[in-house]
Amino acid sequence: MLRYTIRRLAQLALVVVVLSMLLFAWLRMLPGGPVSALLGDRATPEARARLEADLGLDQPIFVQYWRFLARAVTGDFGTSTGVQRGSPALEVFLTRFPATLELSILALLLAVVVGIPLGYLAARKRGSWLDNLSITWSLIGVAVPVFFLAFLLKFVFAIELGVLPASGRQDTGLDATRVTGFYILDGLLTREFDAAWNSFVHLILPAIALSTIPFAVIFRITRAAVLDVMDEDYVRTARAKGLAGMVIRRRHILHNAMLPVVTTIGLQTGALLAGAVLTERVFNIAGIGQAVAIGFQRKDFPVLQVVILASAMVYVLVNLIVDLSYALIDPRLRTR
Amino acid sequence: MSRAPSASRRAPSTRRRVVAAGVALVATTSLAAACAQSQREAGGGAGGTLTFGAAGAPDLFDPFYASDGETFRITRQIMEGLVGFKPGSADVEPALAESWEHTPDGKTWTFKLRQGVKFHDDTDFNGDAVCKNFQRMFNQTGAGQNNALSYYWIGSFGGFADGKTPSLYQSCETPDAATAVLHLTRATSKFPDLLALPSFSMQSPTAMDRYQANNVQAQGDSFVYPEYAKAHPTGTGPFKFGSYEESNGTIKLVRNDQYWGTKAKLNELIFRIIPDETVRKQELESGAIDGYDLPNAADLKALRDAGNNVQVRDPFNIMYLGITQKNNPALRNLKVRQALAYAVDRETLVKANLPEGAEVATQFYPNTVDGYAQDVQQYPHDPAKARQLLAEAGASNLTVNFYWPTEVTRPYMPDPQGIYNALAEDLRDAGITVNPVSKPWNGGYIDDVDNARADIFLLGWTGDFNSPDNFIGIFFGTPTNRFYTAASPWGEELAAQLRAADGEPDETKRNQMYQDINRKLLSEYLPAVPLSHSPPAIVTSSKVHGLQPSPLNAEEFASVSVSGQ
Repeated sequence: MLRYTIRRLAQLALVVVVLSMLLFAWLRMLPGGPVSALLGDRATPEARARLEADLGLDQPIFVQYWRFLARAVTGDFGTSTGVQRGSPALEVFLTRFPATLELSILALLLAVVVGIPLGYLAARKRGSWLDNLSITWSLIGVAVPVFFLAFLLKFVFAIELGVLPASGRQDTGLDATRVTGFYILDGLLTREFDAAWNSFVHLILPAIALSTIPFAVIFRITRAAVLDVMDEDYVRTARAKGLAGMVIRRRHILHNAMLPVVTTIGLQTGALLAGAVLTERVFNIAGIGQAVAIGFQRKDFPVLQVVILASAMVYVLVNLIVDLSYALIDPRLRTR
Repeated sequence: MSRAPSASRRAPSTRRRVVAAGVALVATTSLAAACAQSQREAGGGAGGTLTFGAAGAPDLFDPFYASDGETFRITRQIMEGLVGFKPGSADVEPALAESWEHTPDGKTWTFKLRQGVKFHDDTDFNGDAVCKNFQRMFNQTGAGQNNALSYYWIGSFGGFADGKTPSLYQSCETPDAATAVLHLTRATSKFPDLLALPSFSMQSPTAMDRYQANNVQAQGDSFVYPEYAKAHPTGTGPFKFGSYEESNGTIKLVRNDQYWGTKAKLNELIFRIIPDETVRKQELESGAIDGYDLPNAADLKALRDAGNNVQVRDPFNIMYLGITQKNNPALRNLKVRQALAYAVDRETLVKANLPEGAEVATQFYPNTVDGYAQDVQQYPHDPAKARQLLAEAGASNLTVNFYWPTEVTRPYMPDPQGIYNALAEDLRDAGITVNPVSKPWNGGYIDDVDNARADIFLLGWTGDFNSPDNFIGIFFGTPTNRFYTAASPWGEELAAQLRAADGEPDETKRNQMYQDINRKLLSEYLPAVPLSHSPPAIVTSSKVHGLQPSPLNAEEFASVSVSGQ
């Protein structure tokens, strides 16, 4: 188990290094660059040349990469040129990551809490109205673009009904204390419960929008896995042996159906980060999704590098955790 | 509804549990909504709070190192210059200087300063503070001299104290606390107007020293700013800097109760950064913000119908069809450039593609700017004349690479694609072959245009202040820029004429010189084709009163109040 973990961590390091090379080269192959973003549309060619020289952007790309790497090992990932001009890229990431994580966790929780029980129930009541309704719901969830659903939710609940906030992370007049950057947690830690609640309320619509696809996927996988397991010989045997329904359902069906579901949850974490780009835009949440959108628009290479590399690391780490948790779910894996 | 969760004493069935969960969600939502609503209503005090939607994050809060509108929108409320702009106009009026006079040669300017003014940190505003500000700007070194930081100083004053490039600024002296004297190296038409630019605002020397305002450095792919520019901007204005919360995208300013003039009505002025245009509109509709700038022209009617104040500014910009004479030799022929001018149907373009109030441009700046000539050569839409001119020039088979930008809207160019389509169609009607080249604004477009890689291109400009030099001086004063007028024998000549007009201290003479240049620009040179002036709009909710729209997009919020707070 330990060797396996070490091997996977080494893989993680390799992924990050290779990705950083590809990302570095790819960003610099895109037309335009930070020079235009920094100088705006009023720049002369001479000013461009001077800026490129000042920032070392006139150097060969491998020299630039080497300098990036040398700085990166000291924790300096460059300075933002557009998202938060003048701030260290890492700081931009750390300032914005809690917003995305808070949103993603809530969305994932929603997807899991609704998706798994509903998938299980739909499988058990196969062909019933509940099954059909859930399948239709999940189909719509996958088919409707996230941003459209987000706009729809916002239009209905925030603009027309006015029952939920339209955007942002917290009302501007609150002046809440910041500790960790996770607004709900901060409110709880500082006992400013109104602030915590206010932040939670702000997350309801975006979390529902963001959870739609993960919900649909988790629901369908759960349903399929439960259906598969229900037809297995050992379940039939257990029934024949006269085991209680609850025991069969919990120990034989649900337990064994969870393996593909857990894998799916891991994979959906990556999808959540991607979905956050659109959700954060619609709900104007200053998270890393919004940073990526602005970063591409303003060619903010340092911020894009940090955000994309860090997102990749999160993705790989989550999947590592998923793989390790297999062992907990499936005892056969522990002995290998 | 409230009965459902406790209706049954028996263990609830699965179906009941689902219903109960649904009811709980609705209850939670309603409760949450009630709380959110009450918190929104609780904000503000006697003077109220105004929340304004900003399209982007400000780059920093030291206007000297800034050139972006979002920074200036904020620092304009915190800081003031020696002169300011009259509300609702591009003309200057006294601000921190009550009056001024200059010597006949236009090189020495004496400013009588307003007395009893203090910076927000209690430092006195006086002649000494004025000179320290100018010395600070002039003495920039290293990264501080980069165009990306000192854009307005370089564009207006030229060089720095190191003498590598000539500078308009020579020195500053302060005979007494109530007087500041600026010595210039030459006369310029831009003085004293350019002192109203936010970049040249007066900032507290004490605060700048304390927070090392000059400590900017090139690092990695960008610049690193000192503490002053990030969190301690200190001016004399009606609002003081409060806080900038990056994780929630909000900047808070608070009223300066010691302000020397009419104090702000608002207690707080909050800017919320909302990058998406549609989201800004929805935020206004939901009541989360009280206004935003540059609403989409297509939304104006709906916004108005919903009871909002949609204020259309006087147009102070120009959109032109740029011509680059570098690559396509045919474009060096005046008749070919005139053919382009006759080919485009500007009347239809303005009616069909531009917002209400837009006007056809006959020259390169609006008629409110000095030196505007009434009798320039006109180019009414005439495809036959265009064909004839092309034939006379031996360019009947003219092919042009027509560059237009994507992923952008500008106040003068609200819909680049629609404008491109209309113009390309006009050019084709005149027998010109058009090769479209579209690139993202920050994804190669500006690079290509600035490096004169296009044949013709779409671009424009919003004026900084009322000065012809701020338009045509910037466009055609450098013969090797995006228009590449150096390829024609008159390129240098035009640049010299612009320099001479800018350096003429006599206003009457100067205006005549600019009128002459404008006539020649349209009849003899035609380095580009002026297209239109578009009025950008600003929208506020019906609760907001007293916002005076500015042609320079330089609104001041001190006069604003919000009803119902």
